[in-house]
Amino acid sequence: MKAPFPFSAIVGQSEMKQALLMAAVEPRLGGVMVFGDRGTGKSTAVRALAALLPPMKIVAGCRYGCAPADTTPCPDDCRKTAGKHVAEVPVPFVDLPLGATEDRVVGSLDLERALATGEKRFEPGLLAKANRGFLYIDEINLLEDHLVDLLLDVAVSGQNLVEREGLSIRHAARFILVGSGNPEEGELRPQLLDRFGLSVDVRTPTDLADRIEIVKRCDRFDRDPVGFAAQFADQEAATLAGIAKARKKLPDVQVPDAMLELGSRLCQAVGADGLRGELTLLRAARATAALAGKKAVAPVHVGAVAALALRHRLRRNVLDDTGSTTRITRAVAELIPA
Amino acid sequence: MIDAILGPAPAVVTASDDPSAVRWSLALKAIEILGEAPAGLGGILLRARPGPVRDAWAAALAMVAPVRRLPASADAEALDGGLDLTATLAAGRPVVKPGLLAEIGQGVLLVPMAERLSQALAARLATALDEGGPLLVLLDEADRGAEGEERVAAALADRLAIHLDLTEVRLPMAALLAGEEAFLPEVDDMPAGAVVDDPGTALASAAVMLGIDSIRAPIQAQRLARAHAALAGRMAIAAADIEAAAALVLGPRATRLPPGEAPPPPEEAPDQPPEPPPPSDDSSDDSPDDAPDQTPPDATDIVLDAAQTALPPGLLDALANGVQMKSPGGGSSGAKLRSLTSGRPAGVRAGAPGRGARLALIETIKTAAPWQKLRPQRADGRLSIRHDDLRIRRFVARAESTTVFAVDASGSAAFARLSEAKGAIELLLAEAYVKRAEVALVAFRGDSAAISLPPTRSLARAKRELAALAGGGGTPMAAGIDLAKKVAEAERARGRTPLIVILTDGRANVGGAPGVSPQEAALASARALGATGLASVFIDCSARPRPEGAALAAAMGARFVALPRLDAKAVVAAVKAVAG
Repeated sequence: MKAPFPFSAIVGQSEMKQALLMAAVEPRLGGVMVFGDRGTGKSTAVRALAALLPPMKIVAGCRYGCAPADTTPCPDDCRKTAGKHVAEVPVPFVDLPLGATEDRVVGSLDLERALATGEKRFEPGLLAKANRGFLYIDEINLLEDHLVDLLLDVAVSGQNLVEREGLSIRHAARFILVGSGNPEEGELRPQLLDRFGLSVDVRTPTDLADRIEIVKRCDRFDRDPVGFAAQFADQEAATLAGIAKARKKLPDVQVPDAMLELGSRLCQAVGADGLRGELTLLRAARATAALAGKKAVAPVHVGAVAALALRHRLRRNVLDDTGSTTRITRAVAELIPA
Repeated sequence: MIDAILGPAPAVVTASDDPSAVRWSLALKAIEILGEAPAGLGGILLRARPGPVRDAWAAALAMVAPVRRLPASADAEALDGGLDLTATLAAGRPVVKPGLLAEIGQGVLLVPMAERLSQALAARLATALDEGGPLLVLLDEADRGAEGEERVAAALADRLAIHLDLTEVRLPMAALLAGEEAFLPEVDDMPAGAVVDDPGTALASAAVMLGIDSIRAPIQAQRLARAHAALAGRMAIAAADIEAAAALVLGPRATRLPPGEAPPPPEEAPDQPPEPPPPSDDSSDDSPDDAPDQTPPDATDIVLDAAQTALPPGLLDALANGVQMKSPGGGSSGAKLRSLTSGRPAGVRAGAPGRGARLALIETIKTAAPWQKLRPQRADGRLSIRHDDLRIRRFVARAESTTVFAVDASGSAAFARLSEAKGAIELLLAEAYVKRAEVALVAFRGDSAAISLPPTRSLARAKRELAALAGGGGTPMAAGIDLAKKVAEAERARGRTPLIVILTDGRANVGGAPGVSPQEAALASARALGATGLASVFIDCSARPRPEGAALAAAMGARFVALPRLDAKAVVAAVKAVAG
């Protein structure tokens, strides 16, 4: 496994990078859905962000990546067996393959142990592996429905509940879900879309200068990954410090009543159904304010995240072809004076 | 003028200017580069029918790198390895079967019939490439232009740097008879050309001019140029290197010719002598008026010229017809719904695991339990499980539906009919999330029928492709029914449940052979459709329904619906009544 591409070295795609940073600051946002073309650096960005984050502390040897300070019970009872031993591991990045079976995702009976020693032991799946990290699913619109249901359920509840093959297991599975898909190859059900906190549209960069820069950076990275990473070390450190500061600051960022009102008026104006959209909008605005180092959410923060938080929740109108983003931009321009 | 368009013969062409020889020498060059096992190139997508040419190529490949072939029966477990159940049961201890990917390491994995690769396997291979796994050689054997064409998964094809096409290559019979020795890649003694200062800019600009959207293509082209330079022992990228990258990576992905260039004469007629340029034009060569607006740097020109030796066959024909070729989009990649492997769990049945079927452990032990006293006791005191005890899990995969609309786009009422059909399609798609239904549209008018919307689940795509649909002309009913049948049968072969919806005023007036009236031809087609057992609905939307429509409906075994006042919602209701 070669060193990952530095997050700061990704050319353009500012909306996607912004959404990922927000998700890293405020895990309760509930995942990012990335729509767009192939080969736009989606998985590169997620991988890079996971690699950028500082290593996390886990109970030594725990197969579920339990945090030492956490109190959620672990199926292995890791805190008892490992005592106070703590290990540092990189923030996990799990790339869920399209053909993954439910066994592989959820975990299953450890066949090897069962056959060899007759011991009934749970073999953790990808959900356990992704605990406290990122779970990336490319082409999520091609994933089987029942698997998507299951993933979103786990992502929202933060724990994986297994009742199968005579096993009854419950373990923590808190991760940032990043899905990607190309709407040209099939739609995602609106019920599922709504569960994603943020949605991003990425396009293949069309600007020639950008494209040339991408090709050159990839070439430099291919030839000398270490030297290339060193060039971006300062920017990477700044991004990291920004995330850490924003995480610390987030609980203290105020959301004035006027902003609550603005949020619900905005949702009404664009016809975004449900409370989830409104809540996500405000959480995202708060994360943005925290990243900007502000003490309170201002209208500009709400406006900046409106498209990210609401774009995928608008009622579809078969007769109206106006893009969701356009509708939101229009409403933002009306409600939030520049 | 023609000379200026075609440019100087690129240095890649060593044998001759015969396109077949050019493509063959490119294919050998690809092997040479692959032999160096460069990182990040992914591998080769080779388009060729099985035959002596492909065998000769594969033999040459085997001489530079150890090649493993992906067995047709391979499943995800075969790639990653797992517990070998049969061996485990026999030995009474876990026996682990190593996966193909681990065994190959950095070697070459040859995938025959890549267009039929299941989605799951294609996704697993794409991930393996991202993680720096083996080099892949995909053999795409799909018949170009066939109905219901299967394509190599786009996510996978995009990750393979080199695309080759050997479908048009002819090798001299004498060389084929001489055996594989004759096909060893020859040592490159081509002149390197000048050092290129800024290969990245040249390749990225050329990719844009050739209409290549994916940003991976220029990145891989640059990697390939570097590998090519390393092969020749050069430290810096020279003209010959970007030429190789253009011909192997960019050219085959082109969807249009560079702006400002007319399509050169189609490759299919290489014998035709190019028209001699008018003598007066020679003098205008240095006049700046002829140059395109932004003059690309020299290196970009080299790339564009070299790329044109390897344009995808069919691109030039498509350009001649005035359409821009679609970049290869996502095909269905031959994924089928197998009820043993996917879907919601639904009980167990006897059978051996493997090929995607999963062992139901508890049930297997339950089955074995009553026999333990009768079977000879094992020395280690463990359960004695035999092959017959094995139980596998079953899953229910919901059959997914495809509604094929066949719309009569003829005559004066065509506009209204088409717009209601479009409305119905959009309504169906908007409601279709839960059922994962797909919709296709066949329009018949003038003297033929055409697929206006291939089966899709995407509302965005349906809207875009239906917007340009035109109407008017005669009613070639037989052609419409035939094409709808063809589409529906292809869908059935994909494991989906098709439903044909015919929207017409019921009067055929085009088609049939001498002595056979259009209506009789339509009846014959309708009977052929009826014989397939495909479900269908016949919607007669003429103001006064006539017996011809009902007769057609009866012949195809369709439900007959008269809708003198056609509207999209009524069509959807009629479809739902049949589809349930």
